[in-house]
Amino acid sequence: MSKHTIEMTINGRRHTADVESRVSLSDFLREDAGYTGVHIGCDHGVCGACTVMVNGEAVRGCLMLAVQADGARVTTVEGLAAPDGTLHPVQAALRDEHGLQCGFCTPGIVMTMAALSAREKRPTEEQLLNALSGHLCRCTGYQGIRRAARKLASPEPAESTGGDSV
Amino acid sequence: MSAPDSTTGTQAGHQPAARPRSGSGRYIGQRVPRKEDSRLLTGRGQFVDDITLPGMLHVAFARSPIARGRIVSIDTDVARDIAGVHAIYTQQDLAPFNVDLLSFYLVPPEVETTPLANGRVAYVGEPIALVIADSRPVAEDAASLIEVVFAEEDPVVTIDDARRGMPVHPGAEDNIAAQMGEEEIDEDLQAQLDGAPHLITHRVVHQRISQSPMETRGVVATRDGAEELTLYITCQSPHLVARWVSLALGLPQTAIRVIAKDVGGGFGLKNHPWMEETAVILAAQLFNRPLKWIEDRYENLIAANQAREQEMVLQIALDDEGKLIASHGDYSVNNGAYPQLSECNIAVHMFVWAAYKMPRYGFLTRGWYTNTVGYAAYRGPWAMESLIRETALDVAARRIGIDPIELRRRNLVTLQDQPTTSCMDIPLEDITPAECLEKLLQAFDVSAFRKEQEAGRLQGRHLGLGIATYVEPTGAAGAITTMTGELAQVRIEPTGKVTATMSTHSQGHGTATTMAQIFADRLGVAYEDVTVFEGDSSRGGFSPGAAGSRQGVIAGGAAIMAADLLATRVRQLAAHLLEAEVDAITVDDGMVHVEGAPDKSRSLAEIASTAYGEPDRLPPGFEAGLEAQYRYQPPPMTFSSAANACVVEVDIDTGFVKILRWISSEDCGTAINPSVVEGQIAGGLAQAIGMVLLEEVRFDARGNPLAATYKDYHLPAISDVPDFEFVHASTPSQSVGGMRGVGEGGAIIGAPALVNAIADALAPFGEVPVDLPLTPTKILGVIEGRDLRSKPDSDQHQFIAEHTAAGPQVEVPATAAGTADQTAAPADIRVDGDWNMVLSTPMGPQEMTGHFETDGQALSGYLSSPEGQMEFTGTVEGGNLKFDLKVQKPMKITLKYTLAVNGDKIAGKCKMGIFGSAKVSGTRA
Ligand code: FES
Ligand code: FES
Repeated sequence: MSKHTIEMTINGRRHTADVESRVSLSDFLREDAGYTGVHIGCDHGVCGACTVMVNGEAVRGCLMLAVQADGARVTTVEGLAAPDGTLHPVQAALRDEHGLQCGFCTPGIVMTMAALSAREKRPTEEQLLNALSGHLCRCTGYQGIRRAARKLASPEPAESTGGDSV
Repeated sequence: MSAPDSTTGTQAGHQPAARPRSGSGRYIGQRVPRKEDSRLLTGRGQFVDDITLPGMLHVAFARSPIARGRIVSIDTDVARDIAGVHAIYTQQDLAPFNVDLLSFYLVPPEVETTPLANGRVAYVGEPIALVIADSRPVAEDAASLIEVVFAEEDPVVTIDDARRGMPVHPGAEDNIAAQMGEEEIDEDLQAQLDGAPHLITHRVVHQRISQSPMETRGVVATRDGAEELTLYITCQSPHLVARWVSLALGLPQTAIRVIAKDVGGGFGLKNHPWMEETAVILAAQLFNRPLKWIEDRYENLIAANQAREQEMVLQIALDDEGKLIASHGDYSVNNGAYPQLSECNIAVHMFVWAAYKMPRYGFLTRGWYTNTVGYAAYRGPWAMESLIRETALDVAARRIGIDPIELRRRNLVTLQDQPTTSCMDIPLEDITPAECLEKLLQAFDVSAFRKEQEAGRLQGRHLGLGIATYVEPTGAAGAITTMTGELAQVRIEPTGKVTATMSTHSQGHGTATTMAQIFADRLGVAYEDVTVFEGDSSRGGFSPGAAGSRQGVIAGGAAIMAADLLATRVRQLAAHLLEAEVDAITVDDGMVHVEGAPDKSRSLAEIASTAYGEPDRLPPGFEAGLEAQYRYQPPPMTFSSAANACVVEVDIDTGFVKILRWISSEDCGTAINPSVVEGQIAGGLAQAIGMVLLEEVRFDARGNPLAATYKDYHLPAISDVPDFEFVHASTPSQSVGGMRGVGEGGAIIGAPALVNAIADALAPFGEVPVDLPLTPTKILGVIEGRDLRSKPDSDQHQFIAEHTAAGPQVEVPATAAGTADQTAAPADIRVDGDWNMVLSTPMGPQEMTGHFETDGQALSGYLSSPEGQMEFTGTVEGGNLKFDLKVQKPMKITLKYTLAVNGDKIAGKCKMGIFGSAKVSGTRA
């Protein structure tokens, strides 16, 4: 199969490679570029685990070909935390609200929320929850993910609703 | 780790030493952030597909496109010629390994189960050939070019097909995979049912479920030497996988290293390897290169083992006050072609009435082979018991005209009723479903809801309230070989940091967090200074990992015991070094203090450094270092209890169900980390919502799976799951630390709570048949009073009729007692001597040898098995033998054997009390 030379910036680093046209962006990021934080839960566009940012927009890596991302600026979950290890606010909110268990769906959820949060206008709770309805998590029942979304949406730091007794 | 007596213990019931006097409750019970999260949130987890080894090649499978047939030929020539393809294997190539695919109980299967199809295929998706190539896409290309010619046969797809259809497995008499209980309802029980003021006959049909962990199955296998094997595999316990592989392949267990650092969910699917993983392991040995196979979602949905497809009819007799009189259950489960264990789900019957004052219960339970992918566990595998009981009780409440809460209050076992034993002889000491219910009702105002419901109905709004209560056996250990205790090994390093190695395994359970909380709490160190290692069979000891809601209970107890042994040593050493009384020593936040002498305070690091490096300063006889280990054997069973309330609104124009409120009131004893506990419950409840409303693996009449993507198999999304509210009762259990298991409960109690809410909302329209999932179409059918589905479900009456009809449906082999061939010549009935026999139990075949001696009509002898030898006396007439054995374990029952000798063969059955009958067969030794 014929190969194409592509170049993209991944998490701030330039990356050049020869890829077959049939290779998806998610396989390319995992296997060629080594960003295994990109997870593949279904490979057919339903679960959202493969979500990455392409030029600032949340994109399902399994539904895009690597060649389509030629010249793009790509961010994966590995590229979010500060160089000193300080978690991105989305990551911190998910940790504080126990928004993950096995962590397999988590990178996609982080990227979707981070892409929305990076926009000029802070997303509303509804926008975040709508976007999250395209992510499947088999472990958590979404409780901590929703709490994290509420925290990120509200202008003031919301109180932890750790599910205390009613 | 050295393990002299002073630092090692394995004794059950050993009570922990008094808690270190400082730091009480600092970490146990706190919602601390999880240790696992920072790596998982930053993409640094290590899942199986993240592993790459030098020289690694990739595997894809060619799979059967038909559900049943003979393989006429397999042509791999074209596929082999593809560039990048290294090898293609079929069962012929793997046969020399002679591998047994063992069950969870580590016994060989009832039917021959090979890694790749052996001359026949028995379900769509069955792996036929394994392709090894440079990359997965090339391997897939090649797999699609393998040509297989089949002689196709008509498949047996449903349980109903299995009852009537040709045996799935050639040579079998029928499609029964496992059976227990009585084929005819006992006469007295029948009379009680018939004579009761109210008899409820309730049927539940449960669809097939795909466990659907977000990480599919996968393995990287590499052969490191003649007998050495390293496996990276997504699993529920690296220790169980290592043990399974060593037994299945006949390799020494020490030569097998299994690593599974992060696992993306298991839910019962990943207990142990199955066909594909085994084929890859064998292929890696044959080809001598590291191999990787990562299941794609299509494969996972059609060819990974599945769960839950079952039907049950429960009859309940009640008096006019709603008091329970008697009950009978008839249960069937679809085992598929090659189940991970031949299952008739006896636990459904063991626990169906465990929480209720039910005087009498009888049952028949069966598992059926079909031409579908095999059965495996799924969170709360016996959950049908709660689903059918709780939904039937609501039907009974409506029928008799009693409030469903009142009906439960009249029948639930309360704390005051205990100790007692259930109608199935389960000892109950501290179950609290009634107490959970009362706590729930403090959090939810039922009468206010009823008013709202009434007002709503006048406006065309249909609100419903579902209440369910249940108990669940958790932390079981001792009754099954693989369900063991847990091992904790802990040390204070010379730096003062604490590291522990546990036999636990997390697929999201957060055991590295909860166990660290325990160590920090009991040793008086900061949570940040504790690191827990697991997920590698070369570290720690055996345990089955996550199976049966057990890790918090058992590993929690082990961690407490090991920590307390170590804390005692710290205080002994500190007392010696600081010239103080042991009782005056406390450890807090990594500092060792002497009561009343603040100037003597030292860091734990200083004490630890001395313990390792300055043997001359240690007290006489004190073992150097600060290390301890403990294997905790908990009580045989620890019960969790719960009551849930769920409020829904059903849109009667569309049939859509909206969940408005959900309260979980549960008693899980000591909660080590309430956020982890709630996470487990919430995850289970969401799965229950999927079961009731969304998920379904369906097949067409030819056995083709109809859900092959997540567009057809609907997992609950965030928009389908409400905010759950939690009420915790925390009655400490009798296990060390007081924990009760919490892994499966949500998936068990969630389904009846939601079904009851929907049925309550739709009560004005009539009863809702419990045929899951309750899709909008089915719900509109109830509202409109007619079946709106394209294919009407006409077998309901037939099913009940068939099962209440008198007369056994399955005969024991013709050689069994009573039907033995009486015309055999006398020379053929020599009883005396030794016999090799097999007892076919639902936990797998059990081999034993029998020794018989006759004296006229008196029979004596013994049966011996790996568990021991038991003597008996009995009678013999012709070639027919009768004798009883009383056994104590796993519970007290009398085994009644009736056998018939014919030539060098012996056959018959063994009645195992409430467990029904099992076949016995054998030959002269
Ligand atoms: S892997 Fe891309 S959406 Fe599931
Ligand atoms: S945390 Fe396991 S799938 Fe979301």
